[in-house]
Formats: sequence, C-alpha cells, structure tokens
Amino acid sequence: MDFLKHQIEKIKPHFEKGGKWERHYYSFEALETFLFAPATTNGIKGSQIRDAIDLKRLMMTVIISMVPCLLFGIWNVGHQHFMAIGQVSATLGEKFLVGAIQVLPVVVVSYGVGLGVEFIFATFRRHPVNEGFLVTGMLIPLVMPPDIPLWQVAVATVFAVIIGKEAFGGTGMNVVNIALTARAFLYFAYPTDISGDVWTYIGDAQTVAGYSGATPLSLAGDAATTGTNVIQSFNSFGAGWNEGVFTLSNLFMGIRPGSIGETSTLMCLIGAIILIATGAGSWKIIVSVFGGAYAMGLFLNLVGGNAYVEMPAHYHLVIGGLAFGAVFMATDPVTASQTETGKWVYGLLIGMFTVLIRVFNPAYPEGIMLAILLMNVFAPLIDYFVVSANKKRRLQRATV
Amino acid sequence: MGKFIRLKKGFTINLQGKAAPKVVDTDQPETFVIKPTDFQGLYIPKPVVNVGDTVKAGSPLFHDKKHENVMYTAPVSGEVVEVKRGEKRKLLEIKILADKKIEHEAFKKYSVSEIANLSAADIKTQLLTSGVWPSLIQRPFGVVADPAATPKAIHISAFDTHPLAPDYNILFKGQDQFFQAGVDILKKLTSGGVHVNTHSTTEISTVFSQIKGAEVNKFSGPHPAGCVGVQIHHLDPINKGDIVWTINPLGVTQIGKLFLQGIYDTSRVVALTGSEVKNPQYYKTYTGASVKKFIDGNLTNDHVRVISGNPLTGTAIGKDGHVGFFDHQISVLPEGDYAEFIGWITPGARKLSFHRSLGLFSFLSPGKERVVDTNTHGEPRAFVQSGVFEQVTPMDILPTHLLKSILAEDIDEMEALGIYEVIEEDLALCEFVDVSKHKVQEILREGLDLVQHS
Repeated sequence: MDFLKHQIEKIKPHFEKGGKWERHYYSFEALETFLFAPATTNGIKGSQIRDAIDLKRLMMTVIISMVPCLLFGIWNVGHQHFMAIGQVSATLGEKFLVGAIQVLPVVVVSYGVGLGVEFIFATFRRHPVNEGFLVTGMLIPLVMPPDIPLWQVAVATVFAVIIGKEAFGGTGMNVVNIALTARAFLYFAYPTDISGDVWTYIGDAQTVAGYSGATPLSLAGDAATTGTNVIQSFNSFGAGWNEGVFTLSNLFMGIRPGSIGETSTLMCLIGAIILIATGAGSWKIIVSVFGGAYAMGLFLNLVGGNAYVEMPAHYHLVIGGLAFGAVFMATDPVTASQTETGKWVYGLLIGMFTVLIRVFNPAYPEGIMLAILLMNVFAPLIDYFVVSANKKRRLQRATV
Repeated sequence: MGKFIRLKKGFTINLQGKAAPKVVDTDQPETFVIKPTDFQGLYIPKPVVNVGDTVKAGSPLFHDKKHENVMYTAPVSGEVVEVKRGEKRKLLEIKILADKKIEHEAFKKYSVSEIANLSAADIKTQLLTSGVWPSLIQRPFGVVADPAATPKAIHISAFDTHPLAPDYNILFKGQDQFFQAGVDILKKLTSGGVHVNTHSTTEISTVFSQIKGAEVNKFSGPHPAGCVGVQIHHLDPINKGDIVWTINPLGVTQIGKLFLQGIYDTSRVVALTGSEVKNPQYYKTYTGASVKKFIDGNLTNDHVRVISGNPLTGTAIGKDGHVGFFDHQISVLPEGDYAEFIGWITPGARKLSFHRSLGLFSFLSPGKERVVDTNTHGEPRAFVQSGVFEQVTPMDILPTHLLKSILAEDIDEMEALGIYEVIEEDLALCEFVDVSKHKVQEILREGLDLVQHS
C-alpha cells in the first residue's frame, strides 16, 4: 500500500495548479480518493470530528441492494431463453452463462459510457466527479430488455447523463431520474426495440411451438378489449411451453420475461430491506408507492368497467416494474420530494398514477416509468407546499 | 410552572476520555488570554491597555467601537504582556502574565435584600463596567447582548449534551447562593421570565433545582437537547423582531458574585477531556487559561489536536493555546491526517457513524465509547437529501432548505425558514452527519451575518 501511495504522491504535483496535467485534476482526484480516503482534516473552527460516512459508501450501499436483482436477472434471462426455445433441461450453470453473456456487456457499456461522460464534464466544468453515477450506471442495465442493442444503451446513457443531468448543473441538480431518462429516451426514440416482443432473449435459436412474447401487462391490456378474465388469461398463459409462468406466485418470484432486473418483486423487496435498514432509501416513499398503487387498484375494482379495471388490486404490485420502480427509482434522493411529509404525497401519487396509466392508457403498457418521471417534475411543487406550511406556522406564531 | 419537553431526534456522540469526577487544584497557568474573536458580532474591538500595563481582575482590556459601554475586562490580575493583532491590525488577543495572588477591582457590594430593590439601570451599569456583560448572548444571531434592549425572556441551559461535555453538577458545586442572586438580578432585565432548563434523566444539582423566581423546565432526549437554542424553540420560540438572551450558568454565578462580593471573579472549573489524555479530569482555574500546564506530560501521544470547547463546536488552539471565554472544556483528539486505503468501503465497528450504511456497524453498540479523530472521512460533494439533517434536528425547521437559502443569499427565504432561531451549535450535528461534508456551521454564520448586516 505504501508503494501505491508513494506513486500517487509522486504524480500528484502534475495535476495540481501549475502542473502539466492541471486540467485533469478532478479525474485524478476521483481515482485518488477511490484508492485512499483522503488525509484531509477538519477546519480550525466548527466540527472537529466527522461521521465515518461519505458519498461513496452511501452509493455502494445502494449498489449492494441492487445485487439480488442483478443476479436474479442474469439467471432469469437465461431461464427464459431456454424456456422459449424449448430446452427445459438446461442446467443452472447454462442459464447463468447465457444470461451473463447477454447482461454483463450492457452493464459494462452503461458504466463505461456514463463514467466517460462524467469524467469529460468534470474536466471541462472543473468540478469533482460525483459518485452518483455509480448507482445510475447499475440502474440503466436493470431496466433494459435483455436483447437491447449495445449501441442503443450507449446512446441512451449519453443522452441521459448530458441532457438529464449535466445540462441542469450536474449531480444533485437533475430534475428527473437519470436512469429513467435513459429508458424513456429509448422508449420514444427506438420503440420497436423496447416494446412488443423484446422481453425474452431468443438469439438465433428457434422458438418453441406456441411461444408468445406477451407480458402480463399486454395480456391485461388485451383482456380489457376482449373482455376475458385477466386472471384466467394469466393462469392459462404459457400452456405447453412455459407452464404457469404468470401465476401469482410466479409473478411475485419474478420467473417471467421482462426487463433484466425488474421482474422479481421478491428481489426488489430484499433490496428494499437493505435500503431501509441502512437508511439509504426512504421507507416512506417505498411504502407509499405500493400503498398508492394498491389503493388505486381497489378503487378501480369498486368502479368496475372492463376486465383490466376489475383485475384484483394485488396483481398490480407484482406485474410490470412497479416494485423495481418503487424501491430503486422513486427513492432517488435527488429527484424525489425532499421533505418528509412530501415523500408520502410523492409516493402515493406515483403508485396511483402507475395504475391509472396502465389501465386507461393502452399506448403505454408500463405505467411506473411515466408515473415516476411525472412526479419527479412535480416533486418541487409538493416540497413548495410543505415548506410553505412550515413558513406559515412560523408566521402564525409571530402574530399570536 | 416549568414544562417537561421530550425530544426524540438527535444523536449523542459517545467518545472516549470523559473527565473523571474529581477537581484538581494545581499550580495556575502563567498566562491568561482574552480573545475578541470569541465574541460574535464585534465591530472593531479597540484595546485600552498597552503592553506593560498592570491590570486587576475586572480592569478593562478592550471595548467594541459599536457598544463602547460594554467592557471586556481582565480575568486575572497581572501584567499585559502581549497585544496580538492579525491582518488589517485586527485585534486577536490580549495576554496577561498572571500574579501569584489574584487582586480584584472593587465594585459596589449589595446585600440580598438590597439586590431586591436594585433598578435595571444600576444593574446594567455594574454589569457593563465589570466585564460580566459579555456573558449575555442575544438571540437571534448569538451576539453579545445589546445593553439598550429588553429581552422577552432569558434562558439558561443547565446541562450540556455535547460530546465529552463536563458535568454541570461538578462545575457549579456549592454555587447555590451566587446562582440564586444572579437569577434575581437577571429577572430585572427582562420583560418576561428567566428559564432554567435542566435534564430530566440525570441528577440535578440543588444549584438549579432549588432555584426560586425562575421557571425550571425539564428536557429529555439526545444531543442537542442541551443546546439553549433548541430549548427556546420548544419553550417560547423566537419570531422576527423578538429578542431573547441566553447566558451560561457560569455567567449567572459571576453576576451573583459581582453583586454580593463586589468582584469580577472568573474562577471556574474546566474539564480536560479526550481519548488522548492520560488522566482526563477537572481543573480549577480562571477564564482564558493557558492549556499548557494541564496537558504537559498528560498526553498519550504527540500527534493530537487540542480543542478549546467540545469536538462538535470547539476551536483548535494548539498545545500552547488558551481556553476560550465561553468554554468549560478542553478536548484532545487524535489528529486525522492520514490517508486510508479504500477507506470509503472498509467495514468495521470502530468507526463512529450515525448512519447504518454498508460496513458501518457502530449503531449496534451505541453505548460504547469511541475514539474519533479529526479526519473528514470523505470529500466535499453536492448536497444529497437523505433526510439525516432532519433526524438530528429536533426543531420544526428544515435544515437543508435553510442552508440552501443561505447559499443562495436569499434573505427573505432565510427569515421565513427560521434563521432567527438557530446559531452554529444548534445545527452542529448536521455538520457531523453530513454525507457531503459541508461546513454547515460556517455556512450558517455567513447567513446570520448576511441577515444581520443587511
């Protein structure tokens, strides 16, 4: 370690003011602080001691919470692949291998491209490289379909980091969630690659007889027009080639086609437990998103109308990406509501809008992405009212 | 009657090196210093002594150009040996080489019954000339009180919840009579009442519990329950235009002594604390004492930071520095100027944290005393609204929004968000727990200055 430290100290002057690589100081700083927590001490006045936490550790905690989703996602991509091509006998190892070959390049591209953009901006704008992208870089692959072209991942990441974040002033200043910006970009720019029958990786293989790439969301959407019972069409789906893929328990486990990391409600809940236990994510937001979706589902059940509206409310919590969005996307501290009261309102509205968009807007089968983006935009407004209430309490006190 | 207020939010920082409950009466330090920088809101402090002058305890050393009647006086008798100035000839400190036996400037003496008949004007004159006055702190802004003002209440926090804080029962043992006289006098300076705020769970000294003529309130909960700003927020919050004074119990007993004995007595007990001290204990000395005598030969190693005050709000003064005017405590902590290999991820229960993030296990053993050094444990980053500021601020105040309004220099917004109710110590915990390592106390002071001088 001493050798490494010595080497860093040796090259450091080149990056400092007046050095030949002065403009790359922040890139150097990012790598240096990655290797060694800095030797800086607190100032003469003020707090002489500091908490052991720093942003890197907080971000690492969030990344760890996504690992169950990632690992499950890798396996699931492989599993769905073999189910679709009729090789039911594929081993666990084979499934992981196929999944890893599909998923890991997406992760690498997302991190590589995103961090590249971050470093370039840090160099030109002269600010430290923020650790926020460590989380975003993991979120982007998890919301991509398994068969997404890598160049699209790269383009979406560049778009999201530049337009979604840097244009607004960098980390901490962005209005909308960066990973969702990437997905929304693909959704509107290359709709054929991120909707329809893209949720299972087929590759060059032939699909099994009777195969269908439908998702629970599209099945439910079809049910609304044809009038068949949603639960029946879920339970009977996959007969002959992927028996019981959309039963309630299977939907909860997440052994079904979908985006790489968002299929499993169970894995998302494990992530939620990590986030809540470590305090890295707001339990208020997570609980209120689920609560809002369930409440809206119940309400629609009461109103009735078509088969989708009458789908039991708890199905909304396990289909699509609701769980993943609630746990990892809605809780993004930068784009969520920043007041404690506001978080309840923010989460509830996300949940409710998700179900509304799903049920009443056939153009967008997945509601959670648009619901979160929408509420990201409205979060400052929610905060405005909460902060105003705080100010008002203070004013009223003064006039009493 | 007094109120009982339960606070839940906050974090008590449990450090190693609390002072053992014994008071040592050793040889007194040679030099004593009064630092104008200890007092907030001074405009231009002007010395009235020169090097070589002899002074008695209570003789004027300097006054501020804005309030020339407020005297800042010598804590001990002796010879002025240094008038230190800094940039732009700013007065930094006045150093006195102390006599072996302290002589006091004589002020007017009163009996207890005479005190009852004193007028506010007479009281103010005596407080102002003797040098006791600067103990009175005005909220908002935490500046030395304006003699022309009449506060709506006077608050005294009778306990300290800061890390390694001294026990006030030891600090003010046997001062009952002076504290009572002090409270009687303070009552005449306010249109409201005098509040003595005590802790509910620890044993309360009779100095505070038996007090007559003041409202004795009880508080429970973790730090910052002992911060007087937090207490005021729950008892009788400060609104725009309000003036409230605060004073620490030492100031109160000094007022009592000034009127009962006719002297400015700055004798006080100071706690020497911290993990790097061999024998952490209490010392009897005077205001502005040099720390050298106390720490010489009493440190476990050399690579330390000596702090006047507590580790959260104190000031680093160096090994031959002097204790600040308001400080009851000297803290000696390990200096943290080391780089730690992948220190941002290494797990361990050794590191103290309010958070529970990956690898930080200190929350599992909250009762354990810890050694914390002065390392920042991370680099400055953009604000991340993780909600921790709110968890350590037991007030109806939104710290992040307030801090952002200060950074934006938006004075109306600062006012609306309650900047009048806080000073540095009330939000010091935010600085400690901050993931992004902001200098919260410095930012807050900038905001206070901005509001005050606009």
